[in-house]
Amino acid sequence: MKTMTTKTAFRHLSIFVLAIVMFSFATIQSAYAVKVERVVSDGGIVAWLIRDHSNPITTLKLSFRGGAALDPEGKEGLAHFVASTLDEGSGDMDSNAFQKALDDRSITLRFNAGRDTFRGTLRTLNQHRDDAFEYLRSALTEPRFDEVPLTRIRAQILSSIKQDEEDPRHRASQGMFETAFQNHPYSRPKNGTADSLKSITPDHMRQFVTERLVRENLIIGVVGDIEPETLKIYLDETFASLPKSSSAWALKKITPQLTGTVKVIDLNVGQSAIQFGQPGIARSDPDFYTAYVLNYILGGGGFVSRLYEEVREKRGLAYSVYTYLMPLDASAAVMGGAGTANERVAETLETVRDVWKKFSEEGPTQEELNDAKTYLTGAYPLRFTSSSAIAEMLVGIQEEGLGIDYIDNRNGFIDAVTLADAKRVAASLFQPNNLSFVIAGRPQGVVATD
Amino acid sequence: MLKLIQRQIFLPLLLCMTLFIPGAQASIFNPETFMLDNGMQVVVITNHRAPVVRHMVWYKVGAADEAPGETGIAHLLEHLMFKGTKNMAPGAFSAAVARNGGQENAFTSHDYTAYFQTIARDRLDMVMRMEADRMTNLLITEEQVLPERDVVLEERRSRVDNIPSSQLREQISAALFLNYPYRRPIIGWEHEIRALDVDRILAFYKRYYAPNNAILIVEGDVDVAELKPLAEKYYGAIPRGPDIKRDRTTEPPARADIRLTMEHERVTQPSWSRRYIAPSYNHGLTEHAHALQVVAEIIGGGPSSRLHKKLVLEDAIALSAGAFYGADELGPSTFGVYAAPKPGVEMAQIEEMVAAEITKVLTDGVSAEEVRGAIERMRNNAVFAKDDFGTAAQVFGVALTSGGTVERVEGWLDKIAAVTPETALQAAKAVLEGKHHVTAELLAKPQS
Repeated sequence: MKTMTTKTAFRHLSIFVLAIVMFSFATIQSAYAVKVERVVSDGGIVAWLIRDHSNPITTLKLSFRGGAALDPEGKEGLAHFVASTLDEGSGDMDSNAFQKALDDRSITLRFNAGRDTFRGTLRTLNQHRDDAFEYLRSALTEPRFDEVPLTRIRAQILSSIKQDEEDPRHRASQGMFETAFQNHPYSRPKNGTADSLKSITPDHMRQFVTERLVRENLIIGVVGDIEPETLKIYLDETFASLPKSSSAWALKKITPQLTGTVKVIDLNVGQSAIQFGQPGIARSDPDFYTAYVLNYILGGGGFVSRLYEEVREKRGLAYSVYTYLMPLDASAAVMGGAGTANERVAETLETVRDVWKKFSEEGPTQEELNDAKTYLTGAYPLRFTSSSAIAEMLVGIQEEGLGIDYIDNRNGFIDAVTLADAKRVAASLFQPNNLSFVIAGRPQGVVATD
Repeated sequence: MLKLIQRQIFLPLLLCMTLFIPGAQASIFNPETFMLDNGMQVVVITNHRAPVVRHMVWYKVGAADEAPGETGIAHLLEHLMFKGTKNMAPGAFSAAVARNGGQENAFTSHDYTAYFQTIARDRLDMVMRMEADRMTNLLITEEQVLPERDVVLEERRSRVDNIPSSQLREQISAALFLNYPYRRPIIGWEHEIRALDVDRILAFYKRYYAPNNAILIVEGDVDVAELKPLAEKYYGAIPRGPDIKRDRTTEPPARADIRLTMEHERVTQPSWSRRYIAPSYNHGLTEHAHALQVVAEIIGGGPSSRLHKKLVLEDAIALSAGAFYGADELGPSTFGVYAAPKPGVEMAQIEEMVAAEITKVLTDGVSAEEVRGAIERMRNNAVFAKDDFGTAAQVFGVALTSGGTVERVEGWLDKIAAVTPETALQAAKAVLEGKHHVTAELLAKPQS
């Protein structure tokens, strides 16, 4: 996508203007004969590297622990606002000069804020690599936050917040977070509100940069045509001048407050967006891999899951129906979604509940378990899509502390799941009585309880 | 994290690729190609980076080939291709792909329909056998069509009916193309989707799904020597079908400018756009197709573009502004410009400013430096495209189902590099000077 349109998630605008109706699909690529190297610079900066000489390109992904959930009360959207403006001028380059420098060299440099992390991407042709790393350094350590670009970006974010308000899927998802995480930072809108955004000043943003973009929170993954010795030099030049550490923070642990309620958010649309969810399982839980396999069977698998079969294939109730595990730093949930015509929402709810209950009571069959394992292990190499996806994985593995040999070991964890494990974890993890729904639309025959 | 399973997704991603990576890269993909005796073309793009292949079959049929009254049939058939065949039970295809660690999907456009799997290289034999099987042996029943039709109606609701800007886009296409079938939505009009039945779908399938109307494209860890015997064994065994001539109704001259205004209660961000009918690689004044990509890049391709600089940065009246053009269509293409006003800015002002920028291009032309910069960015993006697995297969599939050739794709960068300020101006004049256009405004409905 164009930098211009991704900056503030201007999806709706950009979709509107595109005449040609096209498709997209997950670009799938594969494992290299993967060798992960741990590179430590002279200054002590660590990066994980996969060398790949196929093309003269270098891709770097970085993550700072701590995301939008740490935004101060009343300053919701701070992390997102910073992420959207960090590439709008730094050092002696104003916004226009900085953007032109990137554009002239086809350098991708962007940031985004998740609930638990603040992330960045740098992708460049090797011929422009010196400049690219210099721009990254400058953006992280001496951003300008000039008034003109700030005003422009704030207006874009405000517009996208307003658009989200009319998007059924966004409303259902935000409604689910509000129900699940009442009185916890996770319940707050990640991109902020009109009021909070207007109250954020350049000083708040500078404070964010000094306090949060620090070396002890930094994780780096690199993929591409680059040697470890060269990378070391870039690491020091780019990151050594970051502050070393920040003051500690604590995000209160919370069990999602999902107790089987049904909430309806009134929106005048013909198709309701349905979100469902219940408490989940931590990434560090010994049963996580079992839960991961179970989720695939229930609603995580392409055209073969139980929910796909019952909701879409047999009844034609929805175009897409899915579930996923959502482990967060301070919580965990099982989430899912579907979109159904208002008249048929009640039937979809009933079907999802029935599938959930049966799966909890009986667990998977031996055949389902076998098929899930051969899929998940066989498809793992395909996950190494582009250089950028692989670099993202290197960051994720470090964030979870899974070890540098994780890529080699991961399929073993999947294969080790037994039918007894699967039935035991299905019974404890899937809680039909706690499965809660948030519906954005005008569903018929549904009684709201929340 | 969130995995949405979607058989067909309308996203602007590919169009952006058309803007930035408009075809392909001069002799970068280096494919090999051969023809089976039954007329099925085969393209192989070897890439040993990983022990994985993407296997695709593209049919030279899309929504613009549908008969009047049956919009949506190409797309509904695409969904039904995942049901059973004479040799495989319903659902067995997807189950087999998944059990073998593969991923699959399919998609439909105005000009083509394509199916693909990405899978470990040693499972290529299996997916080729199954894909060849469903080229001729599809079995579908009324019991399968009815719920799948409901699925497509839900797909239509989530893509179009629930989204005001998508509703307007459907209306724009119907206004811009007076007679060319691009005026019809790919997913179909709801009332016509509801009328599709087994007999009509099977007739469509039998007419268009045959090896001489299809292209096999495989990208990844395989070469021609390995692929050819497999292609001959599975696809080569299928008898040739009737020759298909893609006779489409053509466009009469436009006689009027058209303006569409849509007010909707769920619009919070108004937007403005204007479209002109333009040549593609395959239709109309094709000699301008490459220069127009450069023109679109200069007028509205990114942060350095004229519209962004003028409307978003200098005058700060718009939140975003740009231009779009792609040359891949079998039929006429579209050149468009757009902007989203800041709160409080009148649409008339936006329109005036965008029109002034276009007039400026037509009067003063574009500079050598602008052309050089655009070419350089397109060249760079070609390298990134090569780094993304699947892009080559995609680019060849689009080209070869829409009247293009392997040579044209491979020569793209040379043609782009040859664009000059003079040829850019000629191209801009051919499409934008004194031509009729369709202007669309998406507006918030005043609260009563």
